Amino acid sequence: MNSVTKTTPTAKTPWIGQSVERLEDPPLVTGRGTFAGDINFPHQLTMRIVRSPHAHGRIVSIDTAAARALPGVFAVWTADDIAEVPPVDFREGSIPALDPYRQPVLAKERVRYVGDPVAAVFAADAYIAEDAADLVAMAIEELPPLLDAGAAPAEFSPGHSSEAALIRQGYGDVDGVFREAAHIVELELTVGRHSGVPLETRGAIGRYDAARGILELHGAAKVPHRNQELLARMLGLPPSSIHVHESHVGGGFGVRGELYPEDVLVCVAAKRFNRPVKWIEDRREHLVAANHSRQQVHKIRAAVDSDGVILAIDDRYFHDQGAYVRTHAARVVNMTAGILPGPYRVPAYRAIGHFRLTNKTPAATYRAPGRYETTFVRERLVDMIAHELKIDRVELRRRNAIAAKEMPYPRPLEALGEEIHYDTGDYVGLLDKLFAKVGWEALDAAVKKRKAAGELVGVGLAMFVEKSGLGPTDGVRISVDTSGMVEIVTGGASLGQGFETVMAQVAADALGVDYRRCRVIHGQTDRIAFGIGAHASRATVMTASATHIAALNVRAKAIAVAAELLQASPDALDIVDGEVVRKDGKAGPSIGLGAIAQNLAPTSKARGDREPGLADEGWFKTEHQVYPYGSHVAVVRVDRETGGVHIERYCIAYDIGRAINPALVHGQIVGGYAQGLGGALFEEFTYSEHGDPLAVTFADYLLPAMHETPAPEVLLRQDYTSPLNPLGIKGAGESGITAVGATIASAIDDAIGIPGAVRELPVTPQRLKQLLTQK
Amino acid sequence: MKPAAFRYHAPKTIDEAVALLAEVAGEDGRVLAGGQSLVPTMAFRLAKPAHLVDINGVTALDRIAETGGKLTIRACVRHAAFHRPVCKGPLGKLLADVVSHIAHYPIRNRGTFCGSLAHADPASEWCLVFAALDGEVLVKSARGERVITARDFFKGVMTTALRDDELLLEARLPLLTDDTRCGFYEFSRRAGDFALAAALGAYRVEGGKIVEPRLAIGGAEVKPRRIPEAELALAGATPGDKAFRAAAEAAMAAIDPMEDIVNSAEFRRDLVLAVARRALERAAA
Repeated sequence: MNSVTKTTPTAKTPWIGQSVERLEDPPLVTGRGTFAGDINFPHQLTMRIVRSPHAHGRIVSIDTAAARALPGVFAVWTADDIAEVPPVDFREGSIPALDPYRQPVLAKERVRYVGDPVAAVFAADAYIAEDAADLVAMAIEELPPLLDAGAAPAEFSPGHSSEAALIRQGYGDVDGVFREAAHIVELELTVGRHSGVPLETRGAIGRYDAARGILELHGAAKVPHRNQELLARMLGLPPSSIHVHESHVGGGFGVRGELYPEDVLVCVAAKRFNRPVKWIEDRREHLVAANHSRQQVHKIRAAVDSDGVILAIDDRYFHDQGAYVRTHAARVVNMTAGILPGPYRVPAYRAIGHFRLTNKTPAATYRAPGRYETTFVRERLVDMIAHELKIDRVELRRRNAIAAKEMPYPRPLEALGEEIHYDTGDYVGLLDKLFAKVGWEALDAAVKKRKAAGELVGVGLAMFVEKSGLGPTDGVRISVDTSGMVEIVTGGASLGQGFETVMAQVAADALGVDYRRCRVIHGQTDRIAFGIGAHASRATVMTASATHIAALNVRAKAIAVAAELLQASPDALDIVDGEVVRKDGKAGPSIGLGAIAQNLAPTSKARGDREPGLADEGWFKTEHQVYPYGSHVAVVRVDRETGGVHIERYCIAYDIGRAINPALVHGQIVGGYAQGLGGALFEEFTYSEHGDPLAVTFADYLLPAMHETPAPEVLLRQDYTSPLNPLGIKGAGESGITAVGATIASAIDDAIGIPGAVRELPVTPQRLKQLLTQK
Repeated sequence: MKPAAFRYHAPKTIDEAVALLAEVAGEDGRVLAGGQSLVPTMAFRLAKPAHLVDINGVTALDRIAETGGKLTIRACVRHAAFHRPVCKGPLGKLLADVVSHIAHYPIRNRGTFCGSLAHADPASEWCLVFAALDGEVLVKSARGERVITARDFFKGVMTTALRDDELLLEARLPLLTDDTRCGFYEFSRRAGDFALAAALGAYRVEGGKIVEPRLAIGGAEVKPRRIPEAELALAGATPGDKAFRAAAEAAMAAIDPMEDIVNSAEFRRDLVLAVARRALERAAA
């Protein structure tokens, strides 16, 4: 047996917990990545969308003759050309009450927001396509736009109100508690419309391979299998005849990778024309066409006793959904109700959410959907209770926070269709660790001294509970080739978060190989039949758990074969650096995983009755999501004369249970924090009274940049692992962003000395100046 | 965001450039220098010029010189040229301070001083400097040359006295005497953004009193300009908080602020008060 060599076992390297370098980086940093824009096929056409210039109107006529007559134009479609294509379906399938609010692939009869796709031009290149798009003449009879989700609902379509649903979650005798309560604290709070703005805009390339009878969609990442199923339903095709391929992506954040009208159009056109069709979104389109998020108004009140103990919370909120209900259906508005109570005991609770359509860009998920909004709302409420009852705001939080000994803590509320069930944690304990890190008392004293000297400087804090690891299941297939290279095929997806590295680390530990010997496949529906993708901070919890299980299965197979070949007991063997060796460290025969794979080849005599191949699957199933948690602290200085806000210090504490790669977790937290600052101070999709979007370029939609984003201090703890998965993992993706709006608001209140002053995000200089003037 | 079709011209001399402009001016011909405003506008198809006359290849347009008590800045001098003082005395220092507020490095490496004047964005830092110091421009067309003073040059939002066939050949700023004190301050939402309000203050001190005061405001009105009411409040006063506050209040009262959905007139006035005073404080520092 030529591959049996004598090696001295080395110390086993635990890959989990190491901040190893990302496997993804070499192609990305050497310009060899493949983004949507890099994907091209021979004979492809370029698609350009003609969009509605009006927020609301009746389509009288669309004249495409001049556009079609332009040399280089292949076709121009309006809704009539694709009458057989239904509106874009919900990810989970039909929801009869919401079906009437789905978005048509091209607008029929009505346009409902500026940016609504009205026609599609297919041309030889992007320049001609845009020239032709300019020649499409639309006659639209304008209708009054509905722009305020708090205003009286109107008719959406005959028989359907613009209030698509009324969401109710809660428990306990809320009215009774309020009748008896010693104190009632009320607030009206507004979160502005903003969203994820990935550097890479969306892109979609449709290709029909007539030889194989396969329709391919390239470009969208995040939920490829879900998009495959959705497309199959919409186009009446067998799912196996649609392949969805994920490429490199320049950010996702919940926005990019959903199935949008443009994705459907390139598929339908590719099949009908029998030519590849490419669409690359431009930035102006992105800011009006990709999902917006966040816009809610909450009218919230708390019943509290004289010690500041929260007895009940009653919230009525208005969710501005925009013009249509897209793939996420009522996910954000529903989760808002379920997640609002956060880290506190709330004995009675009622949330009523008005899910309302307006004439703005449709809304859906953006990193920490429902949590960014509700953390702002809840923490503002808690600060206000502290102020009105004259109790220290930290002490008030201590009194109300769920204690470690109360875990697990189920709550009769739901998020993403699962009952909320906090698994483990010590919320106050983590807050104390954060205070120790920042030197809370000294900080507080220093700020008080500066205030006395006339400075508008303040400290803010917020606590939050995240949710992560959305199930129900994930499967992974691992195979080892005859060189010992490990291939991990997942139904997960990568949005640039380091998915490949993390899965490789997990597999490497279980299998006893170097993580650089692991190749991770994701986002390819032709490689694995099932996948839920990357969203809801689920990838590391779900896909890594499945990877761990699959790797242990392969490990067991390898050891069983090696035991036979090495004539040793399986219990006496270990795998180190891809070699099966004796556990006791004594020199002796060993065998590499590649050699074992050779022994398991279909044609190998050594295989015996075993299944061919050194390969196996692993499945992980869960009933509940896992709930990591954290606290943020900020120190800000306010410019009294301009309303400008300067962040002097920002600290984030987060208990992730177990960090597979701490550097990547740190990156997730810092990136989220930067986006959180955007929503707190800068980013807002503003509209004119006619419904014209005013933030359609980066000159008006203000993303925080280097100067506006001072480096945060991060306290990453691994104190409370989750009992709900084999590695004890909790999710990382959304912790940095969740509490930023709440924390900045709290710090500004403190700086300007007006408790409860900040009731609206973002806190623009003009809004802050108004607060200061009212003082 | 692909521009509409246009014809591209690349003259090698000033005469060729103005001859081309004379030819294409009637068909919406535009001069391309740094392109930092024009090219995005074309990408959005807000501008669809039929011709672009690219002056980047015209010889000797990238020069800065001191002649006759003036700093002359020719048409292709980039913003980045001002990172280090281009001349001795307060002017070079002022320009180096101001340039750090203009957008970001990549834009400063490409965009031009004269292009900023020709574009005449109300919030442009160079336009404010030009108005505050009473600069002048030399413009040339096939019909000949003329000089336009700052006071006559800006007409409104992105509107100037420049005619379609004229090339803005050079801008001239008066050199400042060594005892001139100047200060610049702007407020913008983010570093590098166009200012919501900006101010430039300059004065000399004789016998403890302010002489030759200048206070100009940009970003708040449709065009940058000196504010005589504020300068009056400074003239003859002792430099210090009281005088600066009085001047800032006069500027705040004198301006006719632009207003939009995001920024109200009242807010802009508040900002003018802040930036005017801070510019003068910086001048005194």
